[in-house]
Amino acid sequence: MFDALSDRLERIAGRLRSRGRLTEADLDQALAEIRTALLEADVELGVVRGFTDAVRARCSGTALSKSLTPGQQVIKVVHEELVRILGGETLKLTYASRPPTVVLLAGLQGSGKTTTAAKLAQWWRQQGRHPLLVGADLQRPAAVDQLRVLGAQAGVTVFSEPTDPVALAQAGVEEARRLGRDVCIIDTAGRLAIDAELMEEVRRISEVTQPHYTLLVIDAMTGQDAVATANAFHQTLELDGVILTKLDGDARGGAALSVKEVVGRPIVFASTGERLADFDLFHPDRMADRILGMGDVLSLIEQAERTMDHEAVAKSAAAMMEGRFTLEDFLGQLQQVRKLGSLGGIMKLMPGMSKEMRQAADQIDDGEVSRVEAIVRSMTPAERENPTLIDGSRRVRIARGSGSSTQDVNQLLKQFREMQKMMKGVMAGGGIPGMAAGPGKLGGLRSARKQMAALEAMGGTDGVDPALAELFGGAGGGPQPLGVGAGPPRPVTAGGSKGSRPGKKKKKGGRVTPPKGR
Amino acid sequence: MTALYLALAVIVVVVLAAVVMVVWRRRRAATGPAEAPTPGPIGRPPSTVADTPTRAPTPAATARPGAPTARSFRDGLDKTRGLFSPLRALRSRGTVEAATWEQLEEALLRADVGVATTDALLADLRRKVKSKEVAGGGDLLDALRADLVDLLAIEQRWDGATDGELAGSAPEAPGSDDETVEPVGRDLRFDTEPGMVNVWLFVGVNGVGKTTTIGKLARQQSAAGRSVLLAAGDTFRAAAGEQLARWAERSGTELVRGADGGDPSAVVFDAVQRAAARGNDLVLADTAGRLHTKVNLVEELKKIRRVAERPPGRVTEVLLVIDATTGQNGLVQAREFTEAVEVTGLVLTKLDGTAKGGVVVAVQRQLGLPVKLVGLGEGPDDLVPFDPEQFVDALLA
Repeated sequence: MFDALSDRLERIAGRLRSRGRLTEADLDQALAEIRTALLEADVELGVVRGFTDAVRARCSGTALSKSLTPGQQVIKVVHEELVRILGGETLKLTYASRPPTVVLLAGLQGSGKTTTAAKLAQWWRQQGRHPLLVGADLQRPAAVDQLRVLGAQAGVTVFSEPTDPVALAQAGVEEARRLGRDVCIIDTAGRLAIDAELMEEVRRISEVTQPHYTLLVIDAMTGQDAVATANAFHQTLELDGVILTKLDGDARGGAALSVKEVVGRPIVFASTGERLADFDLFHPDRMADRILGMGDVLSLIEQAERTMDHEAVAKSAAAMMEGRFTLEDFLGQLQQVRKLGSLGGIMKLMPGMSKEMRQAADQIDDGEVSRVEAIVRSMTPAERENPTLIDGSRRVRIARGSGSSTQDVNQLLKQFREMQKMMKGVMAGGGIPGMAAGPGKLGGLRSARKQMAALEAMGGTDGVDPALAELFGGAGGGPQPLGVGAGPPRPVTAGGSKGSRPGKKKKKGGRVTPPKGR
Repeated sequence: MTALYLALAVIVVVVLAAVVMVVWRRRRAATGPAEAPTPGPIGRPPSTVADTPTRAPTPAATARPGAPTARSFRDGLDKTRGLFSPLRALRSRGTVEAATWEQLEEALLRADVGVATTDALLADLRRKVKSKEVAGGGDLLDALRADLVDLLAIEQRWDGATDGELAGSAPEAPGSDDETVEPVGRDLRFDTEPGMVNVWLFVGVNGVGKTTTIGKLARQQSAAGRSVLLAAGDTFRAAAGEQLARWAERSGTELVRGADGGDPSAVVFDAVQRAAARGNDLVLADTAGRLHTKVNLVEELKKIRRVAERPPGRVTEVLLVIDATTGQNGLVQAREFTEAVEVTGLVLTKLDGTAKGGVVVAVQRQLGLPVKLVGLGEGPDDLVPFDPEQFVDALLA
C-alpha cells in the first residue's frame, strides 16, 4: 500500500540513469517522491519540507557515483540525513550524586507510559540498579493496579497513595530516598497537551520532584499531531528525551523523525512489544530504514530469534549450507517462520525487494500457506526425505489426507523442486531472483560465514556486525546495524558512528549532562 | 515459481541465515547482563482451544447513576476552538491561486487525511474550478467542505425487525417498534428478536480507548432503557478487568470476568449465556488491544467473534476503536481488522485533543467504514454520535 521510497525512485530512475549529473528537474522529481513517502510515513509536513530542502542542498549538482544509480544515490543521501537527524546528539545517562535519580514519564493517553515505566524499571534492574516505581496516575481507573502487577513481574516495588498526583509524586521520591533506591521512575496520567489544567499539574509534579530525566512517551503510530504534542510537553517540562512505543506494529513511525527534529532531544528507547522484555535502546539507522519503507529486518531477526527454536534453526541452517533441503526441513522452517507473522508482512520487511516482489507479497494468502503445510504433513517422513518415492497412489493418499487435490500435490512437489534449486544457487553465492543485487547481498552467504569465522578468530566485534551488514547491504552500502540488545551497563550511544564515510565528519555521540542545580 | 513459494524460500533463507549468525555472535559475546528472572506470566498465554469453565461475575453495582448529560460535538471540541486558522483567510480571497491549493493541501495533510485521499479531493476540486462550478477562495472552501461531508455522511439505518436488514433510505430509528427505547448512537445496530442477545464487540490496537468507550456506552445504553452486561474480554493486560469493573460500577451494569490470562472467548461465551439467562439484551465485549501484525492474536480475535456469534448471541456491531492521533496506520488497522472480524463501524477517540482524526476520511473513502461514535474525553459522558458536518468543520478549522 505505501510504496517504499526505493520503488518510487525506481520509477524515475530511467530518466536519471543516462546523465552524468543530477539536474534540478531530476532532483525535483526525486524530492516529490520523497515527500510523498515521508508523508505516508506520518512525518510532519513542516519537517518534510525542511528535510527535502536539506536533501536538495546536499544533492544539487553532485556528480553521480559510478557504483550507484542516481536513484540509489538520492536514497543514500536521504538515508544518511534521516540517520543524522534521528541519531545525532545522544543522551548519556548519568546518575545523580545524591540518589535517587528521578525519571519522570509524561505523554498522551494510551501512549504506553505505564508499561514503559515497568520496562524501564526492569531494564535498570538488569543494569544492576535498584529502582522504585511511583504510580502517580490517579486518573485512569486501575492504573495503579496495572503498575503494581507489572512491577511485580519486574521485581520492582511500586509506591502509590490515594492523594493528589503532585503530593504523591513528591512522597514517592521521599520514599525512594528513604528506601535507599538509586532510581525513581514516576508514571503519570495521560494528558492532552492542550489541557491547560493537566499540563499545569504535570509542571508542578516536575517542580516538586526535580527529575533528572523527563521523558516523553510517544506512540509510533502517531500522525501529524506528534509535533504539536511534543512541542507543548517540551515547553512545559523541558524534555530530556523521548521513548517511542509500539514499534512492533507496522506503522512507519515518521513521528519519530518529527519529534526529534522539532524538539531536538534524542530518542532514547524503543519499545517493541507488550512484554517487559520488549524494550531496547533506540537504533536510528533501523528507524531510518523503517521510515523509508525499506524494512526493519534487524527487528525481524530479533523477533525471529525470540520466537524460533534455536536448535532447530541451527540444524536446518547447517543442512542448507551443505546444499541439503528436504521437505522435512521445509516443514520445520515453515512452522517457525509462521510464528513471525503474516508472510506478506514479512516479505514487505525484506530489503531490496523489487516492485514485482512487493506486489506478489501483497497477494500472498496465508490460508494458502496452511494448505501447503497440510499437504506436507500428510506425507510420511520417508516421503519428505525422498519425494521421488511419491507415486500415483501415494499422491492420492496425500491429497485425501490434506483435503486437497492431486493437482495441488503435484504443484507443491514441482514448486518445491524449484525452491530447492534456487536455494542451492543462493548457497553457492548467487543472488535471489527478484531481489536487488546490492553489495554483499544474500548471495555471498558462504563468504559471510567466512567473515564470521575470521572475526571470531580476531576476538570478536563490539557492537558492529559486518557480516550482518554485509548480508543486508541495504541501499548502496547502507547502514551499519548496531549490536542488538543492551550489554553490560554502559552509556546510551547513537548508531552509525562506526565506519564513517570518507570525507564526512561524523559527530560522535555527545554528552548531555543533567541540568544544573540538581 | 509462484509468489508463495518464492516468498517462502526467500524468507526461510534470509531469516535462517540471519538468526544463525545472531545466535553465533551472542554465544561468542562476553558475559552479558544476568538474565532477569521471569516472575509471573510475561508472554502471551497460548490461546486455548477448549472453553474454560464458567467464572462467577462481580457483584452487581448498587444504585444506578443518573442519566448521562447530553454532550454535543461542539462542546467537546471546546479546547481546540480559537486556535488560529489559516484557512479562514482563504474566504476573503477572490481568485484561486497556486498558494490556495497549497493551503488546502496543507490543511488536509496536517489533519492526517493522507496523501491519496487529499490528492483525490483536490483533483475533484480542480475539476470543479476548471468547469467554473466553483469560483473564488470562499467557494472553494465550501466545495471542499461539501465534498468531505458527502464522503462521510451515509444513510444507514437498521430496522428493528428480526432479520436486521439494512432498511431503505427512509430513516427508521432502531427498535422503533418498542416504544420505551429511544434511538441511541449513530446507527448502532440493535436487533430486538426475543431470546436473542446483541453482542457489540470492541476491537483495536493497544491504548486506543476500548475499555473507556465501553464504560461510557454502557451508561448511555442503560439510560436509554436497554439491559446491558459487560464482558471483560481483555484477559491479558494487567488490571484490565479491574479497570472495566470500575466502569461497571459507574454505569450500574454487571460485569462478567474470567481468570487473568484465561481464554477471552470463554469470557464472552459466559457473558452471552448469562445475558440470556438474566434477560440482558446487550453485551458489550471488551477485548485486549492487539496489533494487527500479530497473527496469533488476530486468530484469537477471530475465535472470540465466532464464539460470540453462537446462539443466543448475535454480533450486531464490531466496533474498531481508533485513536484520533493515529496517522496513516489507521487505514492499515481498519483494513486488517475488517478482514479478520468484519468491522461494522469505527469509534474515533480522543478527538478533544489537537489531532483531527482525518484518517477516518480515508477509511470511509477506501473501505466504506463509517464512524459511529466519537470519544471526547475521559469522563463517562464524553461519547457522542458522529456528526459529519461538525467533524468537517473542526477538521478545516
